[in-house]
Amino acid sequence: MTTQDGAAPRGFAMPTPGPGRAAVTGPEASQARAVAVAPDAGACPPLPPEATLELAEDEQARLISRLLDELDSEFIGLVPVKERVREIGALLLVDRLRGRYGLASSRPSLHMCFTGSPGTGKTTLAARMGVLLRELGYLRKGQLVSVTRDDLVGQYVGHTAPKTKEVLKRAMGGVLLIDEAYYLYRPDNERDYGQESIEILLQFMEAHRDDLVVILAGYRSRMDVFFQSNPGMASRIGHHIDFPDFSLDELMRIAELMLEREEYMLEAAARDAFRQYIRLRMGQPRFANARSMRNAIDRLRLRQARRLVAAGDPVCRADLMRLSVSDVRGSRVFTDTLAAPPAALPG
Amino acid sequence: MRITQGTFSYLPDLTDDEITAQIQYAIDQNWAVAVEYTDDPHPRNVLWEMWGLPMFEISDASAGLHEVAACRAANPDHYIKVSAYDATLGRQTTALSFLVGRPAVEPGFRLDRQEMSDRRISYSLHPYATEQPRDLRSAANGHRGS
Repeated sequence: MTTQDGAAPRGFAMPTPGPGRAAVTGPEASQARAVAVAPDAGACPPLPPEATLELAEDEQARLISRLLDELDSEFIGLVPVKERVREIGALLLVDRLRGRYGLASSRPSLHMCFTGSPGTGKTTLAARMGVLLRELGYLRKGQLVSVTRDDLVGQYVGHTAPKTKEVLKRAMGGVLLIDEAYYLYRPDNERDYGQESIEILLQFMEAHRDDLVVILAGYRSRMDVFFQSNPGMASRIGHHIDFPDFSLDELMRIAELMLEREEYMLEAAARDAFRQYIRLRMGQPRFANARSMRNAIDRLRLRQARRLVAAGDPVCRADLMRLSVSDVRGSRVFTDTLAAPPAALPG
Repeated sequence: MRITQGTFSYLPDLTDDEITAQIQYAIDQNWAVAVEYTDDPHPRNVLWEMWGLPMFEISDASAGLHEVAACRAANPDHYIKVSAYDATLGRQTTALSFLVGRPAVEPGFRLDRQEMSDRRISYSLHPYATEQPRDLRSAANGHRGS
């Protein structure tokens, strides 16, 4: 590659036609993409070292607090996750301020691993994360591409690499969520193509840190095994976030939030019954936190519909919204408990 | 001789940032972006080699630029262009196409005149770049051959 002025490392690989090119392709141009964090850093001269900045008055600070308020209202519990988002947002703010003084600021690695029991909001939060990181200025698009092993790993030799790259290209500018990532690696089969996929992933995660955020999601114990056999993956992921199980109160608030969104309401007595329902359900096998709440509400709606249709009375708006005690008490969770002695319940 | 083809051919060569912005525009219009390359710059050569499939589902231009960079690395001393296809019913054609890479040395063309009956002359363009057989050309360019 020959360049006339030697100052066009990012343009075409060819002689540039006029002297005017050098100004555009100089160091400024190459910074413009890399330092999306501090877009105004190059525009104004650095502040003198003794100047002070007011953190609270920064527009970015207000944006971060607004985003966190939204997150608080949409997601019940999940304290460790919110803490991490707060830190990432704060880092962005500090980086911008550092840029004002001419200090270096590099984009942190934002690849994450979400671990936790079923129904603790891993996938839901990953979808929200794309939008969140876009509004914080880390991602350009913030779209979510959700994939599993099938989308990444091919079926024959030479199939995996293009397939994985295709998915990665789709996710660029946004978030790639790999659900149940531990399936990528099959220790029992050494000829499995999953390993090839992991290597391409690692390479992309390193080379395109500015362009995409990879989030791995899965159950805790199996992810631990996965990381033990892929130490490179564990070290390239900066944020390991564990999603805690929800408490009884949190589940109750989640259920109420879901009901509110679907424009239903529990009458006062039904509320107590539903609380009791959650307590019983938590002790039963295959309890999946918020997902179980979602299913319980769907069944509540079924029983309410059956009750209203069976009664055949004229109904008003409030009747259509109200879920009664009998709707809650009709659940199999209560009858099973009565049939079997409590000691026989698992957990 | 500097070849000019496609959109922006009257401008200096685009920088990577400018290429990214153009690809992003194409994506925002729902056009399918593809990368193509060739070593035969004849203006009537419309069938260039495809560098992979068109990128139908990308939403960010950085993916397009990634492929441009990969194509440049694998095909040094080739002409490379980005084309964007508009699949809208009634249009169904290439909506945008511009050069994103060219060889370090461009030998240009020779004008061939052919004397025909009644002193008529027919003209044709002969690209010096294609003088050698294709396989020898690829080997000289460090290209695997196609």
